[in-house]
Amino acid sequence: MKVIVPVKRVIDYNVKVRVKADGTGVDLANVKMSMNPFDEIAVEEAIRLREAGKVEEVVAVSIGVKQAQETLRTALAMGADRAILVVAADDVHTDIEPLAVAKILAGIVKEENPDLVICGKQAIDNDMNATGQMLSALLGWSQATFASEVNLDGDSAIVTREVDGGLQTIKVKTPTIISVDLRLNEPRYASLPNIMKAKKKPLDEKTPADYGVDVTPRLTVVSTSEPATRQAGIIVGSVDELVEKLKEAGAV
Amino acid sequence: MAVLLLAEVTDGALAVDATAKAVTAAAALGEVTVLCAGASAKAAADEAAKIEGVAKVLCAEDAALSHRLAEPTAALIVSLAGDYSHIVAPGTTDAKNIIPRVAALLDVMVISEVTGVVDADTFERPIYAGNAIQTVKSGDATKVMTIRTAGFDAAGMDGSASVETIGAAADPALSEWVEDKVAESDRPELTSAGVVVSGGRGVGSEEDFALIEKLADKLGAAVGASRAAVDSGYAPNDWQVGQTGKVVAPDLYVAVGISGAIQHLAGMKDSKIIVAINKDEEAPIFQVADFGLVADLFDAVPELTEKL
Ligand SMILES: Cc1cc2nc3c(=O)[nH]c(=O)nc-3n(C[C@H](O)[C@H](O)[C@H](O)COP(=O)(O)OP(=O)(O)OC[C@H]3O[C@@H](n4cnc5c(N)ncnc54)[C@H](O)[C@@H]3O)c2cc1C
Ligand SMILES: Cc1cc2nc3c(=O)[nH]c(=O)nc-3n(C[C@H](O)[C@H](O)[C@H](O)COP(=O)(O)OP(=O)(O)OC[C@H]3O[C@@H](n4cnc5c(N)ncnc54)[C@H](O)[C@@H]3O)c2cc1C
Repeated sequence: MKVIVPVKRVIDYNVKVRVKADGTGVDLANVKMSMNPFDEIAVEEAIRLREAGKVEEVVAVSIGVKQAQETLRTALAMGADRAILVVAADDVHTDIEPLAVAKILAGIVKEENPDLVICGKQAIDNDMNATGQMLSALLGWSQATFASEVNLDGDSAIVTREVDGGLQTIKVKTPTIISVDLRLNEPRYASLPNIMKAKKKPLDEKTPADYGVDVTPRLTVVSTSEPATRQAGIIVGSVDELVEKLKEAGAV
Repeated sequence: MAVLLLAEVTDGALAVDATAKAVTAAAALGEVTVLCAGASAKAAADEAAKIEGVAKVLCAEDAALSHRLAEPTAALIVSLAGDYSHIVAPGTTDAKNIIPRVAALLDVMVISEVTGVVDADTFERPIYAGNAIQTVKSGDATKVMTIRTAGFDAAGMDGSASVETIGAAADPALSEWVEDKVAESDRPELTSAGVVVSGGRGVGSEEDFALIEKLADKLGAAVGASRAAVDSGYAPNDWQVGQTGKVVAPDLYVAVGISGAIQHLAGMKDSKIIVAINKDEEAPIFQVADFGLVADLFDAVPELTEKL
């Protein structure tokens, strides 16, 4: 069984984001970029499935700027077997929409014939939470989103999902798309020897044209602005004072 | 302009608050038709018909539509899509599962977690955990989106729309439901509660989370948690507030033993009044708190519970 794991290069989750003064977007020049945290969980899950003997090959895919090959090297160092980079933009500020990403991934799926695609539930930059569902629709496959537990079982997968009311377990036919939530696993760190080894693993470079996909965005960004900031509050000295303030504010 | 709005229906019951908030956003776009789908959906449809601003309710009852599975529900919406300029849903986990699938089937982009409607094509949405607000204009024929309910007031319940029964679309039969694990609770629902009391890693254990729950019960509040508290097993996953959990905007939010990481703030910083109780005066949560109390929570929370 083969697994494809799409990994996105995003601003590191510890970096405080700054909106550009001219309102054209967020400043991504010289900021630390990392693998989307959900995608680390997806890579980890795929590697664990291979270690458990249920999967033979793990292929990491990234779509974006050339520098996304660093993100793919991280996936290879964690344990992915090979990688595909689809260079779709030459400026870090050009993000590719989930619909276009899903179309490119669908093209890769048709070439690679995996049984499983494991992706993150959401990218922490644009927070769209869409790519996995869109890919599943384009392929006519089943989908199991927000997974906190995955069990492969013959030609189906039993997946527990984190939903508003608690947890839902569903059984999906494979091939399937699984999008992972935070509590599925704790991703490993790549060891130094594995980082060295990863440099020799195969990394193919492609373009959207190779899959016949037009990445022209459907949404135009009109402006990007800072959110409203809150007024600084006060520090109260005691529980009594807190109760008094809450009463004054009509909050209790 | 005509809007199809997927109502939030769980096991036959309408989530009125989430649906009525989405109706407020949708009413700015055109005439609103609400779709209630499920194994049983008639009661939900009758309830949805009362939401002000709803012109018509479609009720689709079919076994395949039970348990909110994405594939049959998306197929149903796509079969109806031709009549509408906009397809919207409240940004619940169910809708986030279904709506992007609908968008891809229609070959259009999805616009997730809309917080503002500028005009029929132009929408505001938060990105980077709410650290920036993006205004996007869609060039697609059909606009498909989810609404961040915390950004809108619920429409009133004095309406009287007509209810029409429709059939389900063919079920692609790709997935089946196995079970739901839902904690029964008498407390208000997190995303619609007027008061939320949340505990973080500082609470230290599942047992001590009872302190948070007691304070919540005293205030008639819903209980929330930080990711760290959920990951540590102190609280269930559906209590997580934040960028990747639930987004809340109650009148009062009490954060106890929570440091205030941006991912947590993303889920609560639009609350009207924020109270923070933390023993570290440097904790970033104090930067967004209206009232901060630097104290050990094990002293302060029981005292507060008693004095309220
Ligand atoms: C500075 C800036 C400028 C922008 N400019 C424009 C613009 O000019 N025009 C425009 O239309 N939009 C623009 N956007 C918006 C952007 O194109 C979309 O909103 C964005 O792609 C949303 O997707 P997501 O990454 O949140 O995907 P999600 O659906 O949240 O991602 C889920 C999962 O899909 C996979 N995945 C997603 N993307 C990739 C990828 N590239 N490679 C591999 N796997 C992936 C990962 O597994 C990920 O965890 C801009 C955004 C920013 C921040
Ligand atoms: C991709 C991603 C998504 C995430 N999504 C979310 C999300 O949706 N929601 C979320 O909350 N987090 C999220 N996080 C995690 C976030 O970055 C923080 O790690 C988390 O919010 C920290 O939780 P905390 O404040 O409870 O814990 P900590 O940061 O450990 O803070 C505990 C606080 O308790 C205080 N404390 C300890 N003991 C006491 C005491 N006795 N009395 C009073 N105060 C005490 C400490 O001073 C400290 O400030 C996400 C992270 C990533 C990478």
